[in-house]
Amino acid sequence: MNLVLRLEEVKPRHRRGVGGKGFALAALKRHGLPVPTTLIVTTRAYEEFVGLTGLRGRILLELRRKPFQELRWEEIWDLALRLRHLFLTTPLPPGLEARLHDALGPHLPARCVVRSSAPGEDSRRASFAGLHASFVNVAGLQAVLEHLKLVWASLWSDGALLYRRELGLDVRTSAMAAVIQEMVAGDRSGVAFGLNPQDPSQAVIEAVYGLNQGLVDGTVEPDRWLLDRATGRIVDYRAAPKGEVLLPGREGVRLAELAPEKREVPPLSEAEVDQIFRLLRRLEEIFGTPQDVEWTWQEGRLVVLQSRPISTPPPGGEGDRRSWYLSLRRSFGNLTALRRKVEEELLPAMDREARELASHSLAELDTASLREEILRRGRLYRQWKKVYWEDFIPLAHGVRLFGQLYTDAVKPRDPYEFLDLLGAAGMLALRRNRLLLEMAARVRERPELLEEVRRGQVKDPGLEPLWRAFMGEFGDLACGANTCGLTSGGLAHLLEEMARRPVQAERFDPREVEALKGQFLSRFRGGKREEMAQYLELARASYRLRDDDNLYLGRIGAQFLRALEEYRRRGGDLKELAPEVQELWAELTATPAEQPGGVAITGLGRLKTRQLIGQPASPGVARGPARVVLRPEGLFQFRAGEILVCDALDPGMTLVVPLAAAIVERRGGMLIHGSIIAREYGIPCVTGVPDATRRIHTGDALTVDGYLGIVILG
Amino acid sequence: MTEAVEVKRILTELFASQRLAVLATLAAEEPRRPYANLIAFAATADLKEIVFATTRATRKFANLAAEPRVALIVDNRSNRETDFGEAAAVTILGTAAEVLGPERERYQAIFLARHPYLRDFVTAPTCALLRVRVEKYILVTRFQEVHEVIPAP
Repeated sequence: MNLVLRLEEVKPRHRRGVGGKGFALAALKRHGLPVPTTLIVTTRAYEEFVGLTGLRGRILLELRRKPFQELRWEEIWDLALRLRHLFLTTPLPPGLEARLHDALGPHLPARCVVRSSAPGEDSRRASFAGLHASFVNVAGLQAVLEHLKLVWASLWSDGALLYRRELGLDVRTSAMAAVIQEMVAGDRSGVAFGLNPQDPSQAVIEAVYGLNQGLVDGTVEPDRWLLDRATGRIVDYRAAPKGEVLLPGREGVRLAELAPEKREVPPLSEAEVDQIFRLLRRLEEIFGTPQDVEWTWQEGRLVVLQSRPISTPPPGGEGDRRSWYLSLRRSFGNLTALRRKVEEELLPAMDREARELASHSLAELDTASLREEILRRGRLYRQWKKVYWEDFIPLAHGVRLFGQLYTDAVKPRDPYEFLDLLGAAGMLALRRNRLLLEMAARVRERPELLEEVRRGQVKDPGLEPLWRAFMGEFGDLACGANTCGLTSGGLAHLLEEMARRPVQAERFDPREVEALKGQFLSRFRGGKREEMAQYLELARASYRLRDDDNLYLGRIGAQFLRALEEYRRRGGDLKELAPEVQELWAELTATPAEQPGGVAITGLGRLKTRQLIGQPASPGVARGPARVVLRPEGLFQFRAGEILVCDALDPGMTLVVPLAAAIVERRGGMLIHGSIIAREYGIPCVTGVPDATRRIHTGDALTVDGYLGIVILG
Repeated sequence: MTEAVEVKRILTELFASQRLAVLATLAAEEPRRPYANLIAFAATADLKEIVFATTRATRKFANLAAEPRVALIVDNRSNRETDFGEAAAVTILGTAAEVLGPERERYQAIFLARHPYLRDFVTAPTCALLRVRVEKYILVTRFQEVHEVIPAP
């Protein structure tokens, strides 16, 4: 099979090699339907690329780092990001590049759309939209080849990895073809479904002004028609508020204001709606099943951009959150609105709530009222937790969006280099740690002040303002959601340890972060630079909130626990409280179990772990004794130079990080608190280590390799 | 605990699927350098011993007479790039001794059950049957995940 085929050259035997989209376009062309000029880069090019460069083996190594069923959604996202980074930074072998040049060059349209065309995506089993990448308005052979690699990489996208079983994704056999189409800049565009998944008696047409990329990625809301599938009669029409339009930019696309006279006018006339309906019927005749089609209207001519069988993500069983995970991939506009809501409404409201709860004097309540109060606080916590999932977690996607843009533009060696620009320094947890370190500096000069801290009566004029600021802002949540009892003794211990060693400074000061930002933005000109700056701003906000929201939630949780402690102080029995209170108590105070070192294997002997693999989350290498922290109280036994080993570090617990030589965490991901703060202090970190707190024990000699993501015991 | 079960399963599967192992010994004569061979092996059902055979005139036999401590490697690689993610390899540390007297028949049966085609070789008067008492297994999976198993005596 050739590396590149024109539509006219596609034969039935090429079905797999040209992928679903390519094969469907060839069929449309054969049936005389108007389709853009199209070239297909067959799966052979993909196979040569991953074979000749050794990428296939590297993909496999990444995939085998950890059993799939143990990966969290965030780790799957990280995995997809690392794989994408591999494709992006691996050059095309010169021979392959020259042959692609020769095959594409003479036929290449001036402006192209580069679309994924996965084998099997024309079968209903393995097809649903949104898993693989497409790029609009790509100009020039070099850019087309770059985007070709990104299309290839999307074979391993987060969505594809989530549905790997349904897709039959396998490093040995899976491959990706790409469709390179002439860019048709229609004045109106949209999608149409031959069959409405919600009502099989209907067909659906959605249309926007401009390019349909805006519709597909959710930036521009479409007008929507529901039609009777049998007759084509319009049974419902819903106009969307129209203000913006997506147009081709110098490269890629840009969002522009829609001309005022078009805002009240549907993008399609009824006659045009009917024409699209007839197209749907024709497509169904050709392919034998109802189709999901992308079309555009160019100078009075209806052009078919792509056609595929209608599909939806396969229904999962109970507890299948995959479609929710996929819904986290949100657009810039959506995230910007969400950010405003979080920063301007939700966080201030949480702050007020926590302050209000803290100001109550629980001692004055009689026991019946105290029980009521506990119940109320538990419900408040639950309510905020729901907000956390619905509004805070999705906001994290802002970091991902920026990460992708940065990596595409800079192609850094480290796929997480973009995190350096995010300026974690503004986070609450770092502000808290700075206060601790400043207090420690004072204690280093005058060790006798520790006694004042220990007694909880600080008088020293150098220490007192710091101490008061710390207690005021962080005293009730120094350990996050858990009741850790930040005692005066605990604080004194921390300060003593911190005073013992030189101050662990943060890696970048704000000026340096700004310099990095300037360097990055200088790569772009004009409107593009402005756009990148906005993405970075959004990412910074998402990044900060990612840590801060936990601290806010922790403060409310702490107030629930404070009321419970008052109840227990009076001799109240936990078991007499409402089941929901008991559940929340268990949830907030649960700790993973610790196991003795070495595990018996029936009939054989003892198993010991020598080396564990996780994810490299912050570079560097460190050696030292392990300190396994299972309960927040454990933080106050932490000694300088130890390696922090934990199950899931929450921002409340990161106050010992300036003392730690490295961090090892069971929970995986690059955007978890352990990774963020380790990078900030420049200490090695490995996350996603299965059973870390069970296989590693306090006192074990550890070597943490943050370059490779390895932890060595003994 | 799952990984304990898993480790035992991987060892059992490796020994059931692989016929050959690499044996490392230490040369008997100066300069006393490491020496490696491919050998046909069998493991006992309790995974505590490894059995192999060699003629007494071989260099490895001489090496073992002087230094019975050995290392072996058994792995299931297929010589493809996918090995780095998929293959498992176990390093076996132990002490070898020739099996003599009444025990020989039992160990010979274990060896021949795995390698029936080596009957003439094993029963030749010049062939020695050796068993290695395993002191430690070091199992490597997924390229660099490493577990150690110390068999109970």
